[in-house]
Amino acid sequence: MSTHPSMLNDSASRLFGDLCTDEALHRAEQGEWLAAHWQAVEELGLPLALVDEAAGGFGVDPLEALALVQLAGWHALPLPLGETMLANRRLGEAGFVPEEGVVLLVPGAYDEPLSLDRQGDRWRLFGVCRQVSWGRRAARLAVLAQHEGRLHLAVVAAGDWTHQPACNIAGAPRDTLLIDVVLPAESVRPAPLPRATYAADEAALRSLTIAGALERLLTQTVAYAGERVQFGKPLGKFQVIQQNLAMVAGQTCAAAAAADIAARSLVNGGDTLPIAMAKARAGEAASIACGLAHQIHGAIGVTAEHRLHYFTKLLWSCRDEGGGEAYWNRQIGLRVAQGGADALWPLLTAL
Amino acid sequence: MMPQFSFVAIERSPDVEPLRAEVRAFIAEAGRDWTPLQRAESWSGFDGAFSRRLGARGWIGMTWPVQYGGHGRSAFERYVVLEELLAAGAPVAAHWFADRQTGPLLLKFGTDAQKTALLPRMARGECFTCIGMSEPNSGSDLAAVQTRAQPVSGGWRVNGTKLWTTYAHEADYMVLFCRTSGTREDRQSGTSQLLVDLRTPGITIRPIIDMTGRHHFNEVAFVDVFVPVDALIGKEGKGWQQVTSELAYERSGPERFLSSYRLLVELVRVLGAMPGDRAAIALGRCAAHLVTLRRLSKSVTAMLEEGVDPQLQASIVKDLGAVLEQELPEIARELFAHEAIGPAIAPSFYPVLAQSVMNAPSYSLRGGTREILRGIISRGLGLR
Repeated sequence: MSTHPSMLNDSASRLFGDLCTDEALHRAEQGEWLAAHWQAVEELGLPLALVDEAAGGFGVDPLEALALVQLAGWHALPLPLGETMLANRRLGEAGFVPEEGVVLLVPGAYDEPLSLDRQGDRWRLFGVCRQVSWGRRAARLAVLAQHEGRLHLAVVAAGDWTHQPACNIAGAPRDTLLIDVVLPAESVRPAPLPRATYAADEAALRSLTIAGALERLLTQTVAYAGERVQFGKPLGKFQVIQQNLAMVAGQTCAAAAAADIAARSLVNGGDTLPIAMAKARAGEAASIACGLAHQIHGAIGVTAEHRLHYFTKLLWSCRDEGGGEAYWNRQIGLRVAQGGADALWPLLTAL
Repeated sequence: MMPQFSFVAIERSPDVEPLRAEVRAFIAEAGRDWTPLQRAESWSGFDGAFSRRLGARGWIGMTWPVQYGGHGRSAFERYVVLEELLAAGAPVAAHWFADRQTGPLLLKFGTDAQKTALLPRMARGECFTCIGMSEPNSGSDLAAVQTRAQPVSGGWRVNGTKLWTTYAHEADYMVLFCRTSGTREDRQSGTSQLLVDLRTPGITIRPIIDMTGRHHFNEVAFVDVFVPVDALIGKEGKGWQQVTSELAYERSGPERFLSSYRLLVELVRVLGAMPGDRAAIALGRCAAHLVTLRRLSKSVTAMLEEGVDPQLQASIVKDLGAVLEQELPEIARELFAHEAIGPAIAPSFYPVLAQSVMNAPSYSLRGGTREILRGIISRGLGLR
């Protein structure tokens, strides 16, 4: 959705533009950690943009901060910026002080929080977490853990876990982390929010990334259709191509609206149903738009050399991460069914 | 985002919620006896008496100035009333066109005499209008209009035929899009809009029955119909510019994604509280689409309120909305249309499904075809 471009947004836009060359995207996809790029992002203060001022942030409007995630999607920024922004926010809410480096929120192993046991005045945290985005690059983890039915956030420093590397189809790390650590008392605090909130965080992030990447995909595809000439005229002059591009535009707008819904829901807290809807809708938009964008690009679009794949692979991975369409649509559908036919409209309008 | 494609961000406005509660309470009483099938008529249901009750409540012409019988309320308040009426399947067709299109058109381009004479009656639900755009040889190609208004002493003499004119047989006035100068080859230039009293001699209204057996459409023939000079809306020869600004109103509202809403409600009812995974996923998807569309549609309302031309955004909402409206009957029949047992165990669901299946094709035709809308969107992308 349109927000007034701010100075922060402007600076970030310039930085991401400088960083995300095709060459850098290629190196990242091959597994290289772009350390200098991460340092530049940290120097701009972006990882703290979502942290409340009282918790050590610098007072950015949280919607404006979340627009950075969308912007990173536009550039296909191959860094865990959104993840770190959100983890820092959650740590700040729990009373932890933000530090430098990559921080990741780990809401659990499969669908459950990790288990947390007392060991004298210390805590033992144990569990296996799969698909942790950028796990191997983290300086700290914020792990959601349960002790005697109560939720806690446990901070675990690098070195206190081992990892098995894996990556998504965009080549970004999605590692399995094996955590078995005894933590001092001050590393564990009660979690101030319900589990469902943390569990929906990744979905909100991916919705924003999808919205940003789809805007780029649309722009890129319109530009290509204007350049590529067949049958004596640019592709974009053919009605059938115009109709397909109009569909990409429609899906892009739907994803942008979904991202806005997710962002506001994340900032306002409460029911996570809007985030579920946003992720499901944005994921569907990504599927439709990627197919059309590749069709319009023709064979060049499936080559490693052309940059289109950096965006389509990002979109294809984002739609599945943080819960895919089937996962969230099922949750929404069950809420709808349990509410019943006559409660449907009040449910939809309360969001 | 390409700036021309941005939808303005909107905040949730808690101050409209009391009004929403008021509308719901009114509908709960007024709509006690509406059957699911009647509700599924959505905004095609015509009930003049119901429109007058809404008028008495101040729910027609809500945003119009008080001096013209309006109520000086915000576009968001109007949106709340519209969506509540649509979701309940209230019969709103009688005043729909005046409230949505003709009123705003007159406010923007009409003479003070036209506004004074008609707007208060429209707002009371006592004066209904229809839209005379399409013709036998001018459908999507609106600029090919052939109906001609020949200047004569004191006015015009009109000859021609309008087609697909919804509820012309119940309306008091037609906003007639016609040619006042030049020829068909001049396309957009030389066109005008006239406010025509449908009781004028020389006008013949013939029904066109649709495939569900209903009478919404009409053919309206004009033979040497005299229309006085003060019936001109806006400027002579500027009809095209006026009509295209009117189309933003026609395409932007919540009726463009809620036409099949009743079917979803009835589908939730027949599937029950414990649907299987496939059904739950389908229901969830429809809900997610509706909430996203509603967000986009409210954003278009915000743009209208701010005086920004939302023609492009309105086209996007209508295009996405029609896709969902047309998918819903297909989803419903896949999930529940087991011919062998269905009709017997869900006798009230089947008529709604059948009607939705038959109405669905028109959702991507009326108010601008899918292809026309996508043409507008691709123009917004700079492709034409």
